[in-house]
Amino acid sequence: MYRIGSGAGFSGDRIDAPQSVVAAMAAAGEGGAIIFETLGERTLALGQIAKKQDPQRGYEPLLEDLLEPILAQCIADGIVIVGNFGAANPPAAAASIQALACRLGHDEPRIAVVGGDDLLGRIDLSQTERWDGDGRVADFDGDVIAINAYLGAAAIADAIRAGAQIVVTGRVADPALALGPLVAHFGWSWDDLDRIAAGTLVGHLLECGSQVSGGFFADPGVKDVPDTANIGFPIAEVEADGSFVVTKAEGTGGLVDLRTVKEQLLYEVHDPAAYLTPDVTLDITKVELEQVAPDRVRVTGARGHPAPVRLKATVSFYGDWLGEAEISYAGPNALARARLAITTINERLRLRGLPVRHRADVIGTVSAFDSDDGALLADFDGATAGDYRVRFAFGAPSQREVERAVQEVNALYCCGPAGGGGVRQSVRPQVRTLSHMVPRDLVRSSFQFAGGGS
Amino acid sequence: MNLPVRVFKLHEIAHGRSGDKGNRLNVNVIAYEAHHWPVLLAEVTSERVAALFAHRNVTRVTRYELPRLNALNFVIEDALEGGVNSSLAVDTHGKCLSYLVLGLDVRVPVEPGEGASLKPALQSAR
Repeated sequence: MYRIGSGAGFSGDRIDAPQSVVAAMAAAGEGGAIIFETLGERTLALGQIAKKQDPQRGYEPLLEDLLEPILAQCIADGIVIVGNFGAANPPAAAASIQALACRLGHDEPRIAVVGGDDLLGRIDLSQTERWDGDGRVADFDGDVIAINAYLGAAAIADAIRAGAQIVVTGRVADPALALGPLVAHFGWSWDDLDRIAAGTLVGHLLECGSQVSGGFFADPGVKDVPDTANIGFPIAEVEADGSFVVTKAEGTGGLVDLRTVKEQLLYEVHDPAAYLTPDVTLDITKVELEQVAPDRVRVTGARGHPAPVRLKATVSFYGDWLGEAEISYAGPNALARARLAITTINERLRLRGLPVRHRADVIGTVSAFDSDDGALLADFDGATAGDYRVRFAFGAPSQREVERAVQEVNALYCCGPAGGGGVRQSVRPQVRTLSHMVPRDLVRSSFQFAGGGS
Repeated sequence: MNLPVRVFKLHEIAHGRSGDKGNRLNVNVIAYEAHHWPVLLAEVTSERVAALFAHRNVTRVTRYELPRLNALNFVIEDALEGGVNSSLAVDTHGKCLSYLVLGLDVRVPVEPGEGASLKPALQSAR
């Protein structure tokens, strides 16, 4: 049996979460791997921008905070650390970990750096097809910041077999973070598609951290979760045949049950018979779940089909400037005053000739469900008295035009409806992304040890 | 014999989660109780889900059925006003949108008589 723990499910996750996972794995005394998934599509582009400004940046900003409390124990207990926290700059992340180890008084750990995902300047986008899930989103004609392919698990597995104690990657398919250590440990053949599928399923269930163990789940009185301030991140106990149990550390909050596992099993899945990854096409339609003990769910039945012939790559562009501004209305007739604020801003944008995309929502009505044209708000017939907050959003290529639009919301203080208060405003640049499908033979993943390790 | 039918919110018999990739949303809907699986199949149709998202001008809704899990998975194209890096929406990921689906009214067969006020056993799935 081999344990895979999760240390982070996104960039910005609870930074103390890995500690209970590592403590439980160390107590079991059988090594294993802890995986960190901290790389969203946008995060990677922001990393590329940061790297352009400073060649020592561009990796996960919280890397040291995440690893400092656990690095010594992982090394001492043979727990391999695998993370895509290298983002746009895996070598710099490796150097940072080396410096951290040195500062903590350890020998230099063997750190492997996985590369090959960065395709900027190496492919002609006009010769590739767009991924169909971007639908009607228009092509962008702005400057390309980054092109990164989703790599599979092979280089991670090779690095661990070669003795890596820490594997730093950039863009890899999220489940590859778990599949790599499992292939290295069990020696599964890449042609053994059901085993590769099972390892991919381990990664899929763990890649979002606590989302399988009680995070993103609590619905009071309906789906109660104990101790939401201390949710234990998941640990998978994987057998050589690919079956596994999802659990979490003793004494932590959260829960692992059929409901939490089902929600995560289908999370960000499209066709459940064909979840596409670089290593395998995963079929979860025959998966069986069994609650074998409290906070222990057994997962069997993953099926594998050959991997797709093309890899997905994220293409990042400089996008619009995004301006946001909010103002509150409360008490009698608040909703009517909020609506008047919206029509007033619409008219001001027209009068001033500001060609910005814009949208307005009244928070407290239908803001999360509505469309850009406010169709649901137009039909909303809830209480007119209340505590409502109007939120405006503006987008345009011109920073100056977005700032002027935001300034119009600020001007509602004196010129807008009665009793408007609490204006907050921000303007920031956006990165936009589209996905393209690229031929496999243009992507070569490999690893090398960071300087000093051997 | 046909059992009498009462209207519940889908939220009372099922749970679910939404996720995004690009401009595509998926929403899974999972029955707490196996005996409500036929209700999901009959009541939570692609057409009804498409109608919930009509204001967002979605272009296609595909329903996948997972009978072993008592779950449906809806894939909703062009639901996210451009997706997380382009949208002006409050919730650019669409993370709240599973609850738009869970707000559907569904007709649930209930035992006649006293049981007609059947309250689904919400927490018994463990």
